[in-house]
Amino acid sequence: MIGLSHYLTLSAILFLLGVTGIFINRRNVILLLMCIELMLLAVNFNFVAFSRFLNNLDGQIFVFFILTVAAAEAAIGLAILVVLFRSKNSINVDELDSMKG
Amino acid sequence: MNFVSPDLSPAFAEMFVLGMTCLVLVVDVYLKDSQRGITYVLSMLTLLGAAAITATSGVVARELTFSGHFVSDPMGDVLKLVVYATTAVVFMYSRDYLRKNDLFKGEFFMLALFAMLGIMVMISAGSMLSLYLGLELLSLSMYALVAFQRDSAQAAEAAMKYFVLGAIASGCLLYGISLLYGMTGTISLSGVSAIFSSADQFNIPVLFGLSFVVVGVAFKFGAVPFHAWVPDVYQGAPAAVTLFIASAPKIAAFALAIRLLVDGLGDLQGGWQDMLVALSVLSIIIGNLVAIVQTNIKRMLAYSTISHVGFILLGILTGSQEGYAAAMYYAIAYVVMTTGAFGLIIILSRKGYEAEHLDDFKGLNSRSPWLAGMMLMLVFSMAGIPPFVGFYAKLTVLMGLVEVGLTWLAVLALVFSVVGAFYYLRVVKLMYFDEARETGEPEAALDIRVLLSANAALVLLLGLFPDGLMSLCIKVFQ
Repeated sequence: MIGLSHYLTLSAILFLLGVTGIFINRRNVILLLMCIELMLLAVNFNFVAFSRFLNNLDGQIFVFFILTVAAAEAAIGLAILVVLFRSKNSINVDELDSMKG
Repeated sequence: MNFVSPDLSPAFAEMFVLGMTCLVLVVDVYLKDSQRGITYVLSMLTLLGAAAITATSGVVARELTFSGHFVSDPMGDVLKLVVYATTAVVFMYSRDYLRKNDLFKGEFFMLALFAMLGIMVMISAGSMLSLYLGLELLSLSMYALVAFQRDSAQAAEAAMKYFVLGAIASGCLLYGISLLYGMTGTISLSGVSAIFSSADQFNIPVLFGLSFVVVGVAFKFGAVPFHAWVPDVYQGAPAAVTLFIASAPKIAAFALAIRLLVDGLGDLQGGWQDMLVALSVLSIIIGNLVAIVQTNIKRMLAYSTISHVGFILLGILTGSQEGYAAAMYYAIAYVVMTTGAFGLIIILSRKGYEAEHLDDFKGLNSRSPWLAGMMLMLVFSMAGIPPFVGFYAKLTVLMGLVEVGLTWLAVLALVFSVVGAFYYLRVVKLMYFDEARETGEPEAALDIRVLLSANAALVLLLGLFPDGLMSLCIKVFQ
């Protein structure tokens, strides 16, 4: 029988994968966007699991809002990516280092 | 199923701002570049109208509407009025700067107004859902604002960093919220509070959720060790955008902390107090030390912001009403000081040139004694030298700490304020005792000069007569 703890473990693993991905990725900004998406989806997973096991719909409503906001966030992220590529001709994470101190 | 229409009256100000911003958006499309002044005037009217609505609402007690998702209370009204005033001041300072740099476009005003709407929603959040939505509206508008100068590689880089770190922060906050929802079965802040006050719920998952929530709040405040984005964003964004980012969103971060940690998780104060102690100690130490080695004044002010944020957190972590009032007073005082300082950077900037190096302040006194005098007052206030407002703000926070028995923390904060005074006084030295690199008085329109003078005068007046604002801050927390 699959219980709540299995869902929570899976979502914790997904969330952790997203966070680690952001910190160890040194190549490509698009991968960062995917990792961010993964983090938000892990949170959605959590909400849905809790909602199901608590018999309470609030969590699922929350998920709809998160999905919408995540879409807007991806749009803004990609827009910034385009601006960045135009001015730097690169989307390499390592080259985002013109400011230091 | 029966549908009861919610009481809309507490949210009139938000609805007005939303409607007007959409109107500005549409009107702006039909304007020629030479008529862009109309957008500016309409934006200012929006702020004026919203201020009139909020000021006349006469809220005396806590009112909930939209099934508890929206709360209207005196604290919210005061914070909203501060945010309107700040946004108006930002618009006024920025106008000529934006014109000079070919950035005088409708987007700036619309994005800033949407960001302000997000702040208003956060201030009035009654549930974790509305808090999150307000936060995202604010953050998404800010990411776009930072990248708004499209031909600047530095701005694009800053925007990308801000976006990635901001998204991690939102993710952490959401993960914390999902755990709290799972433990309590409700997303309303008053519901969460009721559950934690009735039973001893202090178990590992709750602590886990709480930590994630605190990480999210710390990211949004820019507290160490979650401060990596602050200096880069301050430096990379055009000065007008930096001015906005440095001011109004700090009020939002304060509201976020109060709504989430105090209204929702007030009974877990024993849990979050230690975390905030660590965050504020690190912020005050690192902010003040790293600011010393900066040569870029926007970056220096970023680290100064980090140390000020440490002080705001010190007020919140006391967990007493006096402490919250002191933190609110500090946040407002910080906003007044910081708008003045960045306003001055804007005045010194010319077409295509940002006066962001400390050297640009050399010999300012010989170029314009008036501007140098204003900057002197602002910098002294930030350093916490009496009789300016910064001194009184620091004093009330430290008194709050001593009252709850955290004397060691107060001493530490005091010592590092003295360390911090070094880099503030260096600005004064540059202005008064060094040779100017260029001659000629910086150009500034009359209204901007008047505004800067009023801003500096406010720093002095609030310091000389702190009782009015202080008693207001105390009243809203009773």
